[in-house]
Amino acid sequence: MFGYYLDLALRSLKRNKVLTALMVLALALGIGATITTLTVLKLLSGDPMPQKSAQLFYPQLDPYPVSQPFSRSGKRMPFLLNYVDAMNLIHAHKAERQAAIAMSQVKLTPPSGAGKPFYAQGVLATADFFPMFDAPFRYGSGWSAADDDSRAQVAVIAGDLNARLFGGANSVGRMIRIEDHDFRIVGVLRNWAPQPRFYAVHLGGHSYGKGEAVFVPLQGARADGMMPSTMMGYGKSIDVEHLESAPAIWLGLWVQLPDAADVAAYKLFLGNYAQEQVALGRFQKSHIALSGLMAWMRSEHVVPEDVRLQAGLAFGFLLICVVNTVGLLLAKCLRRSREIGVRRALGASRGAIFAQFMVEAGIVGVVGGVLGLVFAELGLWGIRHQPAQYADLAHLDLAMFLFTFVVALAASLVAGLLPAWRACVVAPAPQLKDA
Amino acid sequence: MEIRPILSSLRRHRIPAVLIVLEIALACAVLGNAVFMIGQRMANIHWSNGIDEAGVSVVTVNGTDPGLAASDIPRDLVALRGIAGVTAAAPVTSMPLDQNPALTGFTTTPDGKTTVNTSVYFLGSGGERALGLHLLQGRFFNADEYADSGLKDFQSTGHVVLVTGSDAQRLWPGQDALGKTLYANGESWTVVGVVGDVLAQDPNFSGPGGRYSSVFYPSRPDGMMGDYVLRSAPQDRDRVVREAVQALGRLELGAVVEGKTYAQMRTDYFADTSSMVWMLVLVCVVMLAVTAFGIVGLTSFWVGQRRRQIGIRRAVGATRGHIMQYFQTENFLLSGAGVVLGMALAFGINLYLMRHYEITRMPWYYLPVSALALWLLGQLAVLGPALRAAAVPPVVATRSV
Repeated sequence: MFGYYLDLALRSLKRNKVLTALMVLALALGIGATITTLTVLKLLSGDPMPQKSAQLFYPQLDPYPVSQPFSRSGKRMPFLLNYVDAMNLIHAHKAERQAAIAMSQVKLTPPSGAGKPFYAQGVLATADFFPMFDAPFRYGSGWSAADDDSRAQVAVIAGDLNARLFGGANSVGRMIRIEDHDFRIVGVLRNWAPQPRFYAVHLGGHSYGKGEAVFVPLQGARADGMMPSTMMGYGKSIDVEHLESAPAIWLGLWVQLPDAADVAAYKLFLGNYAQEQVALGRFQKSHIALSGLMAWMRSEHVVPEDVRLQAGLAFGFLLICVVNTVGLLLAKCLRRSREIGVRRALGASRGAIFAQFMVEAGIVGVVGGVLGLVFAELGLWGIRHQPAQYADLAHLDLAMFLFTFVVALAASLVAGLLPAWRACVVAPAPQLKDA
Repeated sequence: MEIRPILSSLRRHRIPAVLIVLEIALACAVLGNAVFMIGQRMANIHWSNGIDEAGVSVVTVNGTDPGLAASDIPRDLVALRGIAGVTAAAPVTSMPLDQNPALTGFTTTPDGKTTVNTSVYFLGSGGERALGLHLLQGRFFNADEYADSGLKDFQSTGHVVLVTGSDAQRLWPGQDALGKTLYANGESWTVVGVVGDVLAQDPNFSGPGGRYSSVFYPSRPDGMMGDYVLRSAPQDRDRVVREAVQALGRLELGAVVEGKTYAQMRTDYFADTSSMVWMLVLVCVVMLAVTAFGIVGLTSFWVGQRRRQIGIRRAVGATRGHIMQYFQTENFLLSGAGVVLGMALAFGINLYLMRHYEITRMPWYYLPVSALALWLLGQLAVLGPALRAAAVPPVVATRSV
């Protein structure tokens, strides 16, 4: 039966080529725009660390004085920590793992004769950074907490920097010159670039794109005078010579808490810590916050607003295309009242007519989906050639590929419902009389 | 033109009529909001800036030894001023739109409070002229002030400051800003001049309040001054940048030297905004095309269905013009209903966007303008089918009865 409907549908679509082409084209444009924007939205709002994000938490404290609040509305907490609090929390060891992070643009000088110095994104972090974020090593490993304390001049470098400076060879044990100081390489990462770069939110730099080039121990790098990209003061001014004791926030802290009991315990610890600091006179406010990774991404609006607007716009556009398809399918089916009358008179049931028209709509959907896929690839190609920081990442994955057909088929079947219903309620007698 | 027969005919074809109305309403709602967003973004891209954008180029030097700045900077300046076509050169700490904001809150009393993020610039000798600042009141810095001022923890150790016209009005409304004292973090400076509004270092970050809030301090050469501003005739700027990067590359061997024209800097800052504008324009054009297709398709169907009826009207004396008018009026009525619904929908979408995104209220005139656009589109789309209808010969009426 399906084969017969398919044959009928194809005949009918062939009979009026212009109208069919219009339907397919309109649907394909709507699908193409929707899939393009959804791919980007999915890419940007995805989970940067699916296997671990449920265990990663971002604690916040408020060292700001009452007379100079961080936010006037009182709704937002300072989004970074000062050095003293970050170190107190790390040394308390209340979480399974904990790492303080700052970002810095650093000058890298290639070994003599291997090119000019250049700037790259550097991460200043404490030892737990690598195991906590599951950073994959190609050679060597991260550094130890002892290296943190002894201000060791060691570095972990990214795979592409290793390829650039050392031709991809095992460079562990070799030296790299960062900000005119020599660091010994202890580890080389594989390609590692979580999207978005959740650990860098508010620390400076981009939210998306390629990963960082070098990672150095926080204290060692600071001893060499490396400056964090972002610092915010809550005193008279920031004494950059003594940033560790200055009233300034410039560090992000991440902690790993495996289960709900750990989270509750850490929250309690954080609350007690803040109250202790109030008692000591260091803090004037005892409120705290502990956000999960995905909640933190949402509350800090990491996904660019324009991307969400574009997705909304594309859905509006798809809706217009569907309404358009409903209209055109309806026009076609009403024109064929006579044919329907004959089929009904020859014994076709209402259900059969309904099925026939739905098959026709489905064909429009599948063809529209294929063409829509072409438009989506075209749209993504366009996005890859935009200067946006996430441009390189815009590719259609298998899930989106299949989703395209689901959307196309669903849209066309929804569009086909009304015309098919109108077709199946056509009364056969008047149509036959008319002929 | 009689409207009643059209209405009674539409009542018989309720579903196609409703579909056309719905399609036009949706298109009108999306169009109004999209055009509003395009307009806002175009306004951002064209924010005015009180420097000589056409003539300024910037060469950034990073990774030098800050301890040597006092001798390196004068040496670099000699080399830069020696480039043919350079009319002025000066070191500065940052540039408008360089996305690396140094912000402070300034007040008019020692213990005042402010929510405005003011961009802070330190200029080396001659920086006002190299940037092409427009002096509105007072004077630029003199040689003594340059020699006596420096910066510590990004605060000026001097005593004088230039403010923008917007800040002068905001801080001392209705008063003369010259000679007034500006406070921040326990220090104070005297306003010696007011300059035309210069854009912030990162206006998107500073917000509307800080967009034109900037202060300029004089400073002797300092390691924090990473940018050299070069001024030249607009036609020379590309060559000037190239030669300046080469010249400084030879002088600053261990440093990273990058140069670009200010025009490029503005383009870079607004890159995301302009790609969004293009995306919106594309969606609007395609959406209007799809809507037009829909109207053409449905009206053609109508014409096909009513061939007999048209033939009879022609046979009893209706002219071709009458038939054309019939379909045009019909489309006019449907579009009219569509745009009324669409304007309400556009307003609703705007309210929703205002609540969930950083979008302001859409000015009322966007609604009638987008309504008019769709009305025109409807009339254009119906033209083809209407002409075909007018071409139906009266003899059709006598056939196949």
